[in-house]
Amino acid sequence: MLSTQPMLQVEDLQVYYDQIQALAGVSLEVHEGEVVALLGANGAGKTTLLHTVSGLISPRKGKVTFKGEEITRYQPEKIVTLGIGHVPEHRQIFGTLSVKDNLILGAYHHYKKTGKNKVDEEIEKMYELFPILKERESQLAGTLSGGQQQMLAIARALMTNPKLLLLDEPSLGLAPIIVKEVLELIRRLRDELGTTVLLIEQNVFASLKISDRAYVIQRGEIVKQGSSRELLDDEEVREAYLGHKAV
Amino acid sequence: MSELLQYIVTGLTTGSIYAIVALGFVTIYSVTKVINLAQGEFVMLGGMLMYTLSAAGLPYWIAFFLTIPLVMVFGMLLERIVIRPAKGADALSLIILTIGASIFIRGIASMIWGKTPKKVEPFTSNDPIQFAGASVTPQSLWVMLIMLVVVLGLYFLVEKTVIGKGFQACSANPLAARLLGISPARMSLLSFGLSAAIGALAGMAIAPILYPSFDVGLMLGVKGFSAAIFGGLGSSPGAVIGGLTIGLVESLGAGLIDSGLKDAIAFGVVLLILLIRPSGILGEKSVGKGGL
Ligand SMILES: Nc1ncnc2c1ncn2[C@@H]1O[C@H](COP(=O)(O)OP(=O)(O)O)[C@@H](O)[C@H]1O
Ligand SMILES: [Mg+2]
Repeated sequence: MLSTQPMLQVEDLQVYYDQIQALAGVSLEVHEGEVVALLGANGAGKTTLLHTVSGLISPRKGKVTFKGEEITRYQPEKIVTLGIGHVPEHRQIFGTLSVKDNLILGAYHHYKKTGKNKVDEEIEKMYELFPILKERESQLAGTLSGGQQQMLAIARALMTNPKLLLLDEPSLGLAPIIVKEVLELIRRLRDELGTTVLLIEQNVFASLKISDRAYVIQRGEIVKQGSSRELLDDEEVREAYLGHKAV
Repeated sequence: MSELLQYIVTGLTTGSIYAIVALGFVTIYSVTKVINLAQGEFVMLGGMLMYTLSAAGLPYWIAFFLTIPLVMVFGMLLERIVIRPAKGADALSLIILTIGASIFIRGIASMIWGKTPKKVEPFTSNDPIQFAGASVTPQSLWVMLIMLVVVLGLYFLVEKTVIGKGFQACSANPLAARLLGISPARMSLLSFGLSAAIGALAGMAIAPILYPSFDVGLMLGVKGFSAAIFGGLGSSPGAVIGGLTIGLVESLGAGLIDSGLKDAIAFGVVLLILLIRPSGILGEKSVGKGGL
């Protein structure tokens, strides 16, 4: 399944916030069709990594390559047009706009080219994937529940037509039953839409269950990597992250 | 009775101008959170350029429609040269920068146009229309009509077009907007251009009534700003209500109490409203919504 050239390649990424180092030489790759999980405790540098990939932060050193093109210092407005969709931490939906407007804005960068009718069709597809959004179509997005907002954030990012979807802690703050639903959905996105996914999670057990491969990041460094199945059986991972959860 | 009606007509006319100027403030503020106190200078430039272009022999309406893009370019330059480099500065520093810019522009304008007011012809023949004992000049009606056009145009742009939704997105969450390919930097530039166009319209509409001079932007800017604050700063309907209220209070105050006190009365009412409702009359609902 792994093609030779990775879809996303991150090499020796070093990122600083002023003097504070957040990433200390991170390398990872994501191949087309994979669901890759990036696991790590709070403050490990997961969000920083995604922000660097999508151009919100410039690294001090290192390289990001997407589909063979170096995108290291591109602006985010440009990177999304190349096919990287980013669902940011805490969802960040436009709360004062309607659900439908949020989805329309997802299509912003290709709206002219695609045309209104086609965009409307794409929105209908999102409604098939997330029927609750159809029901809430004209409601202000800020009035949705946490789980619904997460669905909207994912649907909005899908409207950008991503080849690669970056997901930053989609289960954060959701009730356990919703968490399960959201994570299963990620699997479906890959299977049904063929979207490649890089998923950040603190929910280690569940994300290892749905991903193909995973990296573990600690204080800005990758400390472990492997297939998700291997990592589920790994003694250290079990001890550090799974606790009593893994039975 | 007919006197009262006359005050109301006058009040609605100047109030409409204040409303247009206020809409210019709202347009920039709701997209960028910048309070652009150089807004009045766009109004001045609108009137003065209109004067210069038609004095240079251009047909009236060509001068009119040429003035708009010229002032727009000017607004965009202001954004590029003054606002953009100060990105990340706090709100107060930005306000001071725009005050500095407006003093600079006024200085240049006084060098170019001198200190005497300029006479600009009305849009159409200006024979007053008699109406229930009051007389209304056609130019007053034009001013009110332009105000309506600006309000409806803004409403359509912000609520019904994808660009307008992009404006709202940048205002609501610039980071999320960037991840969708909506550039807050470009939207900021556009909002300054749009706001300058609105200011130019106000300037050209009022020029035949209030012959403009280099410093006309100061008072109109202050009044328009008061109107925007009165209405809640982020709200277009609020800006219109604010502008009309200030215009009416001013005109009625001048007519019924003392014409020397008209500014004091107008500002007194604004302060009073803000003491009762610090967020402006339509503030709470609209702040952060962007646009309307
Ligand atoms: N805007 C910022 N300014 C300064 N330090 C930051 C900023 N964002 C994150 N950090 C620091 O960088 C490190 C990594 O943060 P982050 O990438 O958010 O971690 P994670 O997403 O894994 O929780 C943390 O130590 C955090 O305190
Ligand atoms: Mg994070």
